[in-house]
Amino acid sequence: MTSTVDTSSSPAATVPSGLATVARAPRWLRYALLAVGLAVALWLPNGLYPAVAVDILCWALFAVAIDLLLGFTGLMSFGHAAFWGTSAYATGLVAIHAGVPFPVAVLAGALVAAVLAVPLGYLAVKRTGIYFAMVTLAFAQMIYYIANKWGSLTGGENGLQSVPRELFGLDLRDEYYFYYAALPIVLLGLAAAWRIVNSPFGRVLVGIRDNPARARALGYPVHRYKLTAFVLSAFLAGLGGGLFVMGHRFVSLDALHWTTSGKAVIVVVLGGIGTLWGGVLGAAILVRLEDWLSYSGFETIGLVTGGIFVLVVLLFRRGIWGSVAALAQRWRASRRR
Amino acid sequence: MTGQAILSARGLSRDFRGFRAVDAVDLDIAPDSVHALVGPNGAGKTTLFNLLTGFLRPTAGRIELNGRDVTGLPPERVARLGVARSFQITSLFPQLCAREHVELALQSPSGLGWRFWRSAKLMSRYADRADELLDMVGLAELAEAPAEALAYGRKRALELAIALALDPKVLLLDEPTAGMGLEDVDRTVELIGRVRAGRTVVMVEHNMSVVGRLADTVTVLQAGRVLVEGPYQQVRADERVITAYLGATDAAH
Repeated sequence: MTSTVDTSSSPAATVPSGLATVARAPRWLRYALLAVGLAVALWLPNGLYPAVAVDILCWALFAVAIDLLLGFTGLMSFGHAAFWGTSAYATGLVAIHAGVPFPVAVLAGALVAAVLAVPLGYLAVKRTGIYFAMVTLAFAQMIYYIANKWGSLTGGENGLQSVPRELFGLDLRDEYYFYYAALPIVLLGLAAAWRIVNSPFGRVLVGIRDNPARARALGYPVHRYKLTAFVLSAFLAGLGGGLFVMGHRFVSLDALHWTTSGKAVIVVVLGGIGTLWGGVLGAAILVRLEDWLSYSGFETIGLVTGGIFVLVVLLFRRGIWGSVAALAQRWRASRRR
Repeated sequence: MTGQAILSARGLSRDFRGFRAVDAVDLDIAPDSVHALVGPNGAGKTTLFNLLTGFLRPTAGRIELNGRDVTGLPPERVARLGVARSFQITSLFPQLCAREHVELALQSPSGLGWRFWRSAKLMSRYADRADELLDMVGLAELAEAPAEALAYGRKRALELAIALALDPKVLLLDEPTAGMGLEDVDRTVELIGRVRAGRTVVMVEHNMSVVGRLADTVTVLQAGRVLVEGPYQQVRADERVITAYLGATDAAH
């Protein structure tokens, strides 16, 4: 316990990213936030339309997957729809053809996404910055066109319809009950992401993010670490995509479209890059907002969400979670003096 | 000569868009020696360092470590083979504290870095050794300060601690005393004098008093080529070296 690094007394004037900020939050606060988060997760389908609550869960996983790369490895993937969507199709196909319980289908979908991430990631991690983003986007577009052309498997423009949602004969037709069936999978996925970030591996990733040359000089094979992070991220994105299919009971090409990749990045930026839980918050806000706008008959949803995105980037560069954490930290620091 | 050198280069060259930064350099670093690379700016010292550590691939030539061909190996492989380096421009992880830097370096040879399913608290197994190393470079008090908050001289000291954490057979130091005050220079010289026991040190250094106090052998580079090589006293008195340092314009007048 004594090894926990407390740098709060250090003279550092600037605390740029969420990682340090989260690590510095006092223990009681972290447990309190966890309790509140769990309580909200348990209550959610009672306060929201359950189908929207399920969407929030799926996008929360997707956002955390993106943040693992963007916030903790320094890689901006603009093609993660490839993994979300591939898992969506794989999950749908497994559910339709194998009739297995839905968590098994989702797990199978996520594994397919992770396997796909091995060759794509192997090629992509050789590039950084905008080139990495473009390579991932290009791969995602290739997957999109393959899915579109391979109609016999994917249903082409029609997608996969009436995906069965099976769990040991339980009646999960009601979205309300499905939410509670899906929640444990999502919580496991989020816990896995938290563990990855707070593992020895996660420390190396942060080192690679901040100074790849130094990490190599220390003997860390940077490309292989990035590839591993990429595959883990694809697996988590795949979990989200698979559950999304189970929630909607159909898969369409939208799941592979580049706008899906873009939305995931927006969710993370909105919540706060490098904060992990910011992505969950961002997912909740964006999904809820989009639902509310479409319910209100608003036709140009992109105009509103895009506007909010621009505002957040311009005014709160750390995102919602990052800004609040920074404020709280400044408050605590001023109180200590 | 190659047989007994721990690190050697043969005909090592590196071009940058037609400009030959390092030109057919032959170098033999004797085991357990302190070998200084000196020369005017642009002589190719840092490029040579980057070639020796795998950060640059040579255009031509061959590098051997203990008789093993390591030409073209990536930096992480070279590091694993026991060659640690520091950087001329301080190169740290701004958001990690000093102790975390050293822990990260100590962890590197183990497989722990791959354990994404284990707690980062496991890294505290390196905390004692990390504190020892920090104490050695005079950073004991600052173990928990984020690297970006350290003063310049302290950052250089941390660079040294990280390189030492790898327990390298060959330690390459790129201007270890650059930009330091006198006191820090003395401390660094004393430290290098201590840690050289049982290992080989190669350093790029501009401060001739530091070179004189530490180096067994000095190689003078000019325009990417080896100008003179030998013991410090001999090299210092060499006409060609004096000309190279004072500049051709002075000599012409």
